[in-house]
Amino acid sequence: MRYLPQTQSARGQMLEKIGVSSVEDLYKDVPRGEMGHTFNLPGHQGELEVERALNAYANQNHAAPDGPFFLGAGTYYHHIPASVDYIIQRSEFLTAYTPYQPEIAQGTLQAIFEFQTFIAQLTGQDIANASMYDGATATAEAAMMARRVTKRRKIVAATALHPDYAAVLETYVGEVIYHDIEEAAAEEEPACIIIQSPNFTGQPENYEDWRAVCDKTGALLIVVVNEIVSLGLLPAPSMADIVCGEAQSIGLPMSFGGPHLGFFACKEQYLRQMPGRLCGMTEDADGKRGFVLTLSTREQHIRRDKATSNICTNQGLCALAFTVHMSLLGEEGFKRLACLNHERACALVDALSALKEVKIRNDAYFNEFVIELPRPASEIVEKLAAKGIIAGYPLGTDSTCRQLLVTATEMTTDEDITALTTALKEVLA
Amino acid sequence: MTAEKMDITENNAMTDTNHGLHYEENLLWEKERTDHPGVDLPEPANTPLRTGTPARADIGLPQVSEPQALRHFVRMSTWNYSIDHGFFPLGSCTMKHNPRLNEKMARLPGFAAIHPLQPESTVQGALALMYELQNWLGELTGLPGVCLSPAAGAHGELAGVMTIARAHDLNGQTQRKIILTPDSSHGTNPATAATCGFDVRSIPTKDTGTLTIEAFKEALYKTDPKGADIAGMMVTNPNTCGLFEKDIAAIADLLHEAGGYFYMDGANFNALVGKIRPADFGVDVMHINLHKTFSTPHGGGGPGSGPICCTPELAKYMPVPTVIKHAESYALETETDRPESLGCLKGFHGQFGMHVRALAYMMSHGADGLKQVSEDAVLNANYILRELENDFHAPYAHQGPCMHEALLTDKIQKESGVQTLDMAKALIEKGFHPMTVYFPLVLAGTMLIEPTETESKDSLDRFITAMKEIAAEAREAEAEERFHTYPQTTPRRRLDEVKAARNPVLRWKD
Repeated sequence: MRYLPQTQSARGQMLEKIGVSSVEDLYKDVPRGEMGHTFNLPGHQGELEVERALNAYANQNHAAPDGPFFLGAGTYYHHIPASVDYIIQRSEFLTAYTPYQPEIAQGTLQAIFEFQTFIAQLTGQDIANASMYDGATATAEAAMMARRVTKRRKIVAATALHPDYAAVLETYVGEVIYHDIEEAAAEEEPACIIIQSPNFTGQPENYEDWRAVCDKTGALLIVVVNEIVSLGLLPAPSMADIVCGEAQSIGLPMSFGGPHLGFFACKEQYLRQMPGRLCGMTEDADGKRGFVLTLSTREQHIRRDKATSNICTNQGLCALAFTVHMSLLGEEGFKRLACLNHERACALVDALSALKEVKIRNDAYFNEFVIELPRPASEIVEKLAAKGIIAGYPLGTDSTCRQLLVTATEMTTDEDITALTTALKEVLA
Repeated sequence: MTAEKMDITENNAMTDTNHGLHYEENLLWEKERTDHPGVDLPEPANTPLRTGTPARADIGLPQVSEPQALRHFVRMSTWNYSIDHGFFPLGSCTMKHNPRLNEKMARLPGFAAIHPLQPESTVQGALALMYELQNWLGELTGLPGVCLSPAAGAHGELAGVMTIARAHDLNGQTQRKIILTPDSSHGTNPATAATCGFDVRSIPTKDTGTLTIEAFKEALYKTDPKGADIAGMMVTNPNTCGLFEKDIAAIADLLHEAGGYFYMDGANFNALVGKIRPADFGVDVMHINLHKTFSTPHGGGGPGSGPICCTPELAKYMPVPTVIKHAESYALETETDRPESLGCLKGFHGQFGMHVRALAYMMSHGADGLKQVSEDAVLNANYILRELENDFHAPYAHQGPCMHEALLTDKIQKESGVQTLDMAKALIEKGFHPMTVYFPLVLAGTMLIEPTETESKDSLDRFITAMKEIAAEAREAEAEERFHTYPQTTPRRRLDEVKAARNPVLRWKD
C-alpha cells in the first residue's frame, strides 16, 4: 500500500463532504451483481518480495552478457553509454505526459525536434516524425501512406524484407506481392515498392536500381532500415520517397523485442499524408523561440474517422534515449561506430571462412551475413545455446534449413569469435 | 524548407539570458563542434570495405563532449512539468505515481539484455513472466484470452477491432460493416474503426452524458431491423464524461442479440480495477493501457503498451503471439499453432519492458491494493467534483456521483470572456499541470479532471483552492485580458501554434 497516500481519516472527511456514508455509494450506477467479485490473485507485497520474485524470472534467462552473442535480425546488441540511461530516468522526462501544454513541456519538445533532425539527416530525407511504435509498424504505416499519396492499392515488397515486418505489413494492408527487382519492374500500378537495406540477409541494396524501377512504374520507393548504425557507413537512401525502420540500436536495450523505436522520414511534399506526431518550431508571446506539436489536423483526436492513422502515442522516451546517444556519438563517433561494426563482421567472416564446413553466402554485408551449415541451422543453434553461445538466427520456416544469419557488433570480441569457431567445430565434428 | 521559414532560428541566437535557476539552451547543431565526440571508440583500421558501396559522405551531425551533452539535456529537463513535480489531473490519461522499483526491475540484464529471437529454451523466465501477466489481466477483466503484443492503447484498439472483424469474416458475416460508438468517445475509436475498413455510426449522449437504451436502439436498427449490418460497438466505460454507463449490461445484451461484439476502450479501467470485471457487464474484448492503470511511465509520450483481453469465443482470432504453457515449459503461440488468428500486429512480442514494469506494479499492490486504487481514484474525483460544482458548471453533477474523473465546463466563466484554455494556463501559473481541456467534445469548453489515487487530501485541497481562486479571478473586472497573459513565469509563454502549422519548421537546417 506504499503507493497510496490517503489516510483513513482523510477518506472519512472526504466521504462526509461528498455526502455519502461509504465509498460503495459512489458506485451506485454499477449493477449490484457486478460488484463484490473475489479475485483469485495474491495480496500486496513489499518491494523486497517483488524484487525477489522478479529476479527469479530474470535469472532463468540467458542474457547477452552471459556469453558470446551473434544474434541480430532486426534487434541488435550494442553498447549504451551510462549517460543515456541517467538522462531518461530523470523524473522530468520519465514522468511527463505528451507535450500538449507546450509552456511546461519545452524539454520534451526540443528533444523531439532534435530527434526529428537526427532522423532526417541520417536518412537523407527532408522531414521525420516524432517516432513510431517499431520498425515493423512504421513499415506498415509507410505502405498505407503510399496508398493515400498514389491513390493506388497494390503493395509490392522485395523478397528479402524482414519476415516479421512482412507479417505485420500483411496484417495491416492485406495482400503484399513479393518480387525480386526484375519482377517488380514488370508490375503494373504499384502504390509502392518496399525494400530493406541492408536486407534481411545482411546484403546492402542498390538504391539507384530500385529508384529506376519506381520511376518506371510510378510507385513510391520505401526504404526500410532496421540496423540504423549502418547509415554511418552506407550511403544515405536520399533518393527514397519514404525511409522508415528501427532505431533500437542507438540507445535502447534489446529488452526481448520492446520497447524499441520506429522512425519515419519522407520528402517534404508528402508532409500532410504523414502518420504520427510532429514537433515544429514557433515563437512565444514574447517572441522567443519555442516548440509545439503541430499539424495535428492529420491526427485522430481532431479528425476522428478521417485521420491519416489511428496512432496516438509515439515512443517518446525511446526517442529521447536515441537523441542522447546520438548527441554523445556526434558525427565522428557515429561513423566510427558504424566502421567498427563492419570491421567486427569482417573479422567474424574471416574466422568462419576458415572452417571448411561453413560457407559464407553474402558477397557484401554491413554487420550481419548468412552462412550455410552442413546440418539444419536450428539444430546447431540449440546445441551452441547449450554451450552458452547464442549463435544467430536460423533462416526459413522449415526446420531443415541450413542457413544461419550471424551478426557482429562492437560488442563482439576476438574471444567471442574464437569461442564460436571452436564450439562450431565441436558441434559439426 | 525555405530560408524565410527558418527565420526564427536566425533571429533567435539563444542569447544567454539565464537567471537564477532558469536556463536557456540552444540546439545541438548551434553549438561549436568539438574535436572529439562524447564517446571514445577506436580509430577505424581503414581496411577495404566489404559493403559493396562507397562509404557515406559527411552527414552533418553535431559533435559535443560528454559534459556538454549531459548539461544540454539536464537543462532541457528543467523546462518540463512531471508527475514527480506535482499534481497532474489530466483526465483520461491517468497520470499516477511511477514507482522506481519497476524501472529497476526492467533493467535487470535477464530482462533488458535478452533478444526476442533467442531459442525459447534460453528465455523461459521472460515467457513465464508474460504468462503470469496474461493471467493477472485475464483475472482482473474476466476475459481470459490475453494478447500482450499491442504497443499502445490505440494499437490495442486496432488489435481488438481487427479481432472482431476476423471473427465476422471467418463466420461468413462480412455484411457487418458498421461500428457504433458514442459521440463522447476518444478520437482513436472512430479512427481505429475506419482504419479497419468499418463505417462509423455515432450515438448521441449529450443530454445525460451516458448512452441511453433508446438512442442505442435507434443506432442499432437504423439501417437493418435486426441490426444485421452491425459489427460491434466501441464504448469507454466509465465513459469520457467520468460516468459509469448504468444501462451498459442491457445495451450489451441488445448488441449480442443482433450479433455484434462489444469492444471496451480500457482507458478508464483505473475506476474499475480490482473491483469490477468488464466481462460481467458484457464486454467481449478490450484493451488495457499499462501506462495508465498499471503505472508504466508516460515518458513524455510513450512507450505505452496496450494488451487486449477477450472472451474465450474471440480468443482464437486474437493476434499472435501469445504465451502458452506446456507442462512445465512456456512457448510463443504462432500463426501455425492458431490459424484463425488475424496475424501479427507488431514486430516480435510487444513492449516487453513495459510488461515487466506492469507486473511489478500489480504484484506490489496485490488484489487488495488494486481494489483500494479504484476506490481512492473514485473518491478523489468525487471530492473534487463536490468542492467545485458551485464554482464551475458541472453538467452531470446533479445526476449523482462520478467515477474516477470529474467533468466541468467554462460555461459560467465564459460570460466574462474567460475560457477553458485561459483557465488551464492560469493553473500552470499556479504550479499545476492543467486538466484535459476541450475533451470530451460533446459539450463546449470541457475540463476533465482525473486526480488518480496517488494524491493525498492535502494535495487535492491545494488544487481545489487554486481552482476556486481562478473562478474568483474570472469574476473580476478585465479578467479576460489578464487571463490572456497566462502563463507568465514559465520557460516559454503562450506559443504561436498557428504560425507553427502555417510555416512548418520540423528540423534544424543550416
